[in-house]
Amino acid sequence: MRRFVIGQAKNLIDQSRRRQHHHLKNLSFLSLLPPFSAPSDSSSRHLSSSSSEMSASDSSSSLPVTLDSINPKVIKCEYAVRGEIVNIAQRLQEDLKTNKDAYPFDEIIYCNIGNPQSLGQQPITFFREVLALCSHTALLDESATHGLFSSDSIERAWKILDQIPGKATGAYSHSQGIKGLRDAIAAGIEARDGFPADPNDIFMTDGASPGVHMMMQLLITSEKDGILCPIPQYPLYSASIALHGGTLVPYYLDEASGWGLEISELKKQLEDARSKGITVRALAVINPGNPTGQVLAEDNQRDIVNFCKQEGLVLLADEVYQENVYVPDKKFHSFKKVARSMGYGEKDLALVSFQSVSKGYYGECGKRGGYMEVTGFTSDVREQIYKMASVNLCSNISGQILASLIMSPPKPGDDSYESYTAEKDGILSSLARRAKTLEEALNKLEGVTCNRAEGAMYLFPCLHLPQKAIAAAEAEKTAPDNFYCKRLLKATGIVVVPGSGFRQVPGTWHFRCTILPQEDKIPAIVDRLTAFHESFMDEFRD
Amino acid sequence: MAIKALDYDTLNENVKKCQYAVRGELYLRASELQKEGKKIIFTNVGNPHALGQKPLTFPRQVVALCQAPFLLDDPNVGMLFPADAIARAKHYLSLTSGGLGAYSDSRGLPGVRKEVAEFIQRRDGYPSDPELIFLTDGASKGVMQILNCVIRGDGDGILVPVPQYPLYSATISLLGGTLVPYYLDESENWGLDVNNLRQSVAQARSQGITVRAMVIINPGNPTGQCLSEANLREILKYCYNEKLVLLGDEVYQQNIYQDERPFISSKKVLMDMGSPFSNGVQLVSFHTVSKGYWGECGQRGGYFEMTNLPPRVVEEIYKVASIALSPNVSAQIFMGLMVSPPKPGDISYDQFARESKGILESLRRRARIMTDGFNSCKNVVCNFTEGAMYSFPQIRLPPGAIQAAKQAGKVPDVFYCLKLLEATGISTVPGSGFGQKEGVFHLRTTILPAEEEMPEIMDSFKKFNDEFMSQYDNNVGYSRM
Repeated sequence: MRRFVIGQAKNLIDQSRRRQHHHLKNLSFLSLLPPFSAPSDSSSRHLSSSSSEMSASDSSSSLPVTLDSINPKVIKCEYAVRGEIVNIAQRLQEDLKTNKDAYPFDEIIYCNIGNPQSLGQQPITFFREVLALCSHTALLDESATHGLFSSDSIERAWKILDQIPGKATGAYSHSQGIKGLRDAIAAGIEARDGFPADPNDIFMTDGASPGVHMMMQLLITSEKDGILCPIPQYPLYSASIALHGGTLVPYYLDEASGWGLEISELKKQLEDARSKGITVRALAVINPGNPTGQVLAEDNQRDIVNFCKQEGLVLLADEVYQENVYVPDKKFHSFKKVARSMGYGEKDLALVSFQSVSKGYYGECGKRGGYMEVTGFTSDVREQIYKMASVNLCSNISGQILASLIMSPPKPGDDSYESYTAEKDGILSSLARRAKTLEEALNKLEGVTCNRAEGAMYLFPCLHLPQKAIAAAEAEKTAPDNFYCKRLLKATGIVVVPGSGFRQVPGTWHFRCTILPQEDKIPAIVDRLTAFHESFMDEFRD
Repeated sequence: MAIKALDYDTLNENVKKCQYAVRGELYLRASELQKEGKKIIFTNVGNPHALGQKPLTFPRQVVALCQAPFLLDDPNVGMLFPADAIARAKHYLSLTSGGLGAYSDSRGLPGVRKEVAEFIQRRDGYPSDPELIFLTDGASKGVMQILNCVIRGDGDGILVPVPQYPLYSATISLLGGTLVPYYLDESENWGLDVNNLRQSVAQARSQGITVRAMVIINPGNPTGQCLSEANLREILKYCYNEKLVLLGDEVYQQNIYQDERPFISSKKVLMDMGSPFSNGVQLVSFHTVSKGYWGECGQRGGYFEMTNLPPRVVEEIYKVASIALSPNVSAQIFMGLMVSPPKPGDISYDQFARESKGILESLRRRARIMTDGFNSCKNVVCNFTEGAMYSFPQIRLPPGAIQAAKQAGKVPDVFYCLKLLEATGISTVPGSGFGQKEGVFHLRTTILPAEEEMPEIMDSFKKFNDEFMSQYDNNVGYSRM
């Protein structure tokens, strides 16, 4: 994949209008420069840059849709998780097929994206049994099926099909998702939290991401509307805010205190934004955090709830990693539970909680299943959410079924309960071990500090890079963390995402690495990473 | 007292303005009545399986195996699945990096996109580049992505047919653009007259709108008309001259119920026209697994193919697609199967061909039954459904009815459709949801109810309609002025 034009593209475009040649000095966005120059503005028929890498059709302004005439918000938005480094990795991977000897490694290991099943994690058998039976319902009429499927998966499939009009899994459903499945999810939420959930508050979506987009669409009318986002953040938020023309109001997580979320920081950023004329509409919190992995303490969550209530902010609670907690001293508490246990109800707090089938121990990214639970909104607002959902008709049925399954898995006494539990515990304990092993390995590296991954699927080490390395990066017109990551890739085949893709305190450098490669590959990864880092430091040590 | 976080007044205006009638007032009322125990026949949305159409067997077998790959290891799998389904499942799984549960390439699995390109090549006789084909969670998402790219603000206009499928009006509203309507001619079987286009564009431009794109829905929704090759050439020439990108919604390309105008893709016609058109007109074509004879709406599988978009623009579209990570993998497999179905000689071919033929021939019959049925009703005139899945009869409401609607605070066709719903349980979508000429009313229904139930449904409609017309014809309404 090619480099993406960066968030300060507008500045670039303005600059390019004033100058003949590009000479960009600002390091912080150099890493994300496209290989060609920024586009000219639409009134000009000539490219302002001397770069001739653009094809003829790019420079043609006789066509209605060209780079300089598309929606500028599209140009502005960015998503580093699948960025330049991944593109290079894919090219190397192709080349490895025929040129094995040219490289000091045998394979590319993708640690850039939370995509467990692409790295060998197995799906939960029970869930797939139910999905297969719902895919091809004729199986339920065959006696041979009983020999191939567990009895409770057959029972569950029947139960689900009975909740679908005509048992038609190929039909568009209710735009919020099949009612019976929402009932199961609501029951699952209640079992988890100890507080009731209303199936009518649930909107099922193709993964959690479309739900986030819907909320941004609803909340943002112009760049005067701001959304508070954690820094570092999962770049869906920055991208979605950019696409909808809003303003990201950053609040910095505190690396020194394990990526803690300070209310004083929230207050400061909120007031700062307001003083600039921005109406801050919502606070996005990712818990457990991505890329940072911290699990919020309950009292911290209470402070956040109070903050939102007092300041009139919608709380957007991204809780997709709720099943991924690896440390005994922390526990996941949903924001809904926290708010309700504080005595806050529908009239006190507007809260949207996101969940997905992509993470947890199920890791079913490709199914695109998820939901948001919307509470504390008046009915006229909820109607608008329904209306938006209805334009896309409904989310994919198979994903809906899976979302209901993860929220109502096998129970003690069910046929599949033991094997399900063994699979689940196996995956989660393995994730916890990998999180620990990689964290320890990273902390042993010279000039690297790494907070523990309390949850989620990532490590986000801090690179204290020597000045020489920073200078070398500058010379290559790229950000230091990007420079490091590219070198790492070329030396080891390991693909990670530079911290600049998630934003970070300016002047600090990080990268995000997943904990997802299979356990038997971890020692080799640690060895290669360690060897690379040592030689990197040997080369650039001050 | 806490500040209100989110109230109706502070919502994005674009969201409030947008309308999507297909699941609007009529549908909501029908759902209410259904809850109260009334039998409802939902003909508001093109949702074949909801009305009894059975899924094709072969794709469901393949996808079931992909959902549970452990089945492939079981020695008894052959008892439940034919060998070609097993082979196909293995084939599609081999195209993925981790089965159905792993994000694919954000544009869709390269192997499936290759199959789509091969399909397009076979269909049109011109090469198709898989790199310019993006799979999406349903064609609607693709439409939204492309319009999001094209619309910069309310100064940008998009030509949309009237009547249209309200995905277009809703999306343009949401994105803050301007809909520029061009009227299809009901008296010419919903034909597209380029003069209507010219008029609409001129008017828009006089209001300072930059017209950027033109949408055609071929076969049409709700109108069903199939564009002739000559018509398509005219449209493409027009887009070339006026510098418009053409958005070709071709999701109903398999639903053709007459033989005079078979489906021809916009891409084929464009390539046939040669230079300067074939390399000078920008085109995005949309397709889906939801319609045709597959009717797999719930899978949410679609694609778009881009022609003559600059590489940098394609990159930007790719970038936005990557934010959503990837389209759902099961639907991608359905798409692969749709574009490369069983061939003669394959074990499953006979059953597949039989099932497909059965569905298509029945749709053709139902198109006729419905058209004729509507035309036999008082004050109802209905063009033949040449393609797609809908019937869009014109309901000539007497002035008395229009008056009664006003008094009830309802748009006239909404009033009619609500009465129809309450009397018969038939849930339709009023023509106002699709756009129509001022003072002319329609409703949209689908041709999807089971063939055996059609006669009864049409009888029920006729009874209601003719009584309604008698009731309001007798009322005072005709002005003597």
